[in-house]
Amino acid sequence: MSARVAVIGVGQTRHAARRKDVSVSGLVREAVDRALADAELKLSDIDAIVLGKAPDMFEGINRPEAYLVDALGAAGKPIMRVHTAGSVGGSTGIVASHLISASQHRRVLAVAYEKQSESDAMWALSPKYPFQPPMAAGAGGYFAPLIRAYIRRSGAPPHIGTLVAVKDRQNGVRNPYAHLKLEGIDRAMVEASPMLWDPIRYLETCPSSDGACAVILADEAAAALSPRRPAWVHGTAMRTEPMLFAGRDQVSPRAGRDAAKALYAEARITDPVRELQVAELYVPFSWFEPMWLENLGFCAPNEGWKMTESGQTARTGTMPINPSGGVMCSNPIGASGLLRFAEAAQQVRGLAGDLQIDGVRKALGHAYGGGSQFFAMWIVGAEKP
Amino acid sequence: MNRPVAIVSFAQRPAVRRESRFDETEMVQDVVSRALDAAHATIADVGFVCSGSSDFLVGRPFSFVTVIDALGAWPPVSESHVEMDGAFALYEAWVRLQHGDVDVALVYAFGRSSMGDLRSVSTAQLDPYLVAGLGLDSISLAALQARALLEAGTDTEANWAKIAMDRRRAAAENANAQLRTSPDVETLLREPYLTSPLRKHDCPPISDGAAAMVLVGGDRAFDYTVRPVWIRGIDHRAEPHTLGLRTLTDSTSTRLAAERAGAYNGPPPDVLEFHAPFTSQDALLQRVLPIGPNTAVNPSGGALAAHPLMVAGLTRVGEAASRLVRGDGLRAVAHATSGPLLQQNLVAVLEVDP
Repeated sequence: MSARVAVIGVGQTRHAARRKDVSVSGLVREAVDRALADAELKLSDIDAIVLGKAPDMFEGINRPEAYLVDALGAAGKPIMRVHTAGSVGGSTGIVASHLISASQHRRVLAVAYEKQSESDAMWALSPKYPFQPPMAAGAGGYFAPLIRAYIRRSGAPPHIGTLVAVKDRQNGVRNPYAHLKLEGIDRAMVEASPMLWDPIRYLETCPSSDGACAVILADEAAAALSPRRPAWVHGTAMRTEPMLFAGRDQVSPRAGRDAAKALYAEARITDPVRELQVAELYVPFSWFEPMWLENLGFCAPNEGWKMTESGQTARTGTMPINPSGGVMCSNPIGASGLLRFAEAAQQVRGLAGDLQIDGVRKALGHAYGGGSQFFAMWIVGAEKP
Repeated sequence: MNRPVAIVSFAQRPAVRRESRFDETEMVQDVVSRALDAAHATIADVGFVCSGSSDFLVGRPFSFVTVIDALGAWPPVSESHVEMDGAFALYEAWVRLQHGDVDVALVYAFGRSSMGDLRSVSTAQLDPYLVAGLGLDSISLAALQARALLEAGTDTEANWAKIAMDRRRAAAENANAQLRTSPDVETLLREPYLTSPLRKHDCPPISDGAAAMVLVGGDRAFDYTVRPVWIRGIDHRAEPHTLGLRTLTDSTSTRLAAERAGAYNGPPPDVLEFHAPFTSQDALLQRVLPIGPNTAVNPSGGALAAHPLMVAGLTRVGEAASRLVRGDGLRAVAHATSGPLLQQNLVAVLEVDP
């Protein structure tokens, strides 16, 4: 009873450490205007808006969807504000797609942003909870022990993280919107960079970025009127597990495995590595590439690092991961998940420019958040599902 | 054609000025377990979970994350969260149930307004570059709107005082309300202004609370209750943020949402529960929403009797549904608001089978 959903417009900002040239609304409109231009639509053609971003503390604006109504042309329309921690960009795309698949609207704008320069994300990521030890270490301090557990469990050699960092940064050089573009990046540069949270070195971590992403989703009739090739949504999945639960496997969380399983079932995928031609995964620290390869069932447990080491995940490999450079090159937190979804869509539309992988028919976008406990994913395809 | 979706249970905590015994996770665990129990369901029956809350109330980021621990979400659940009133989480869950692949959704909301300085929290919701620096807060904004209503000649301070008295006296019947008595109008009008032209009685109480609701799609609703409350229509709409672009003496987005939800079609509702934090907004919404001679208007006492932020809107839907279950009528309209000065409004039309 679900209606088909298509991506007909994609836009993103130039990402940078400080976008002092724009306000929050200016940043958001930069992405929205590019998505509208891609779809050859006006704001007045949009029926409903879903806004996503990570914690309001990042900019100090309380529930900014109210303020952004004017910049988004949302007066007289429904607007919703999604917040599912780091996975929020992905959830924003999924909630927007549901408004169409549930036959409520014809054209929905999904937009997500973060303007990290207007606050201090490290502070906001290190909350002090009553009756719990303080974790004044940001996201890296939380995730480094999980990476160490992965290395111990899988027997991965120590250079795997370096390989991911070099690959993603080389990919980022090709991305006109990327925040970090490190020409001439190599293993020696990564290995010479300071250790932040063992085993995560400076060049193995994501930046703090200002940026936004916008995606216009449409029903079948609206997609037929679209000037450029649409990407069709073949499946979506969201899964959440509790943070404080001794039975959790935080290295390969069950919520991620369950989400992938549900996603493949909906998209009728039986062998993801053969049937998908590219994936954009939420990899904020280099080592998360092999971890997510396993969690998504792209390979057997403890084998993810072998896929990375063999070069399969390079843009010339059999399963390119993050040809955009991914979160390692641009991390406007709330938008990072929607960027993954959007880059996957551009690949199947054949509109990825210098990032384009040849012959992409189906692609996966992935986001995660919290203490590796929130997952949002979609699969888009060149053909109707 | 929308899939019929029913409210099959609702649970709330009594609103209190300061919840000091329980944290958010414990408050949510209480209402979620009671809502599931009332539907004879467990988390294993639930195909989708959606919640509403605000980090700014708690004063820390990711405040909804540890609350997930209240659900017993193992195996992992299909789940989403809105940084909005729980009524908008209800909307997202209703949309999810339209797909037909899942039948049962759990919605919850929590808010502890006592955790910080509410007036500065409300200032932080305004345009950060052009307006927030002026220091307007929820009460001074409401006073601006109230002044506009006085000057338009549609309202009087005595009219507002009567609304304050009526709502809080109605709440005497509602054990979950916080303010349940009121002096008479003459006494109220002798009080000094808090922010002219509003007095303290024109403003909502500061409340902590939580609420949860179970929704079921299609005929499976009868597996969970003998008396499903059907959501016949639901819609929400926004207005501009810039005050100069809005007509403060009207609520055009409420009217639009109500039209699209079907609130003006058919007979006036037997029960109307709307989310008006201030008496002046209560008077305004009475002119916008459908009211017949026999309509019970805010029989719970409404937001003037209890106002846990992020929960109060979902509670309006829950109160309206509970009254239909109780036999107070066949048709209800419920309303929730979000954003400064009724900027965004949601309307739901509820019915029970005769």
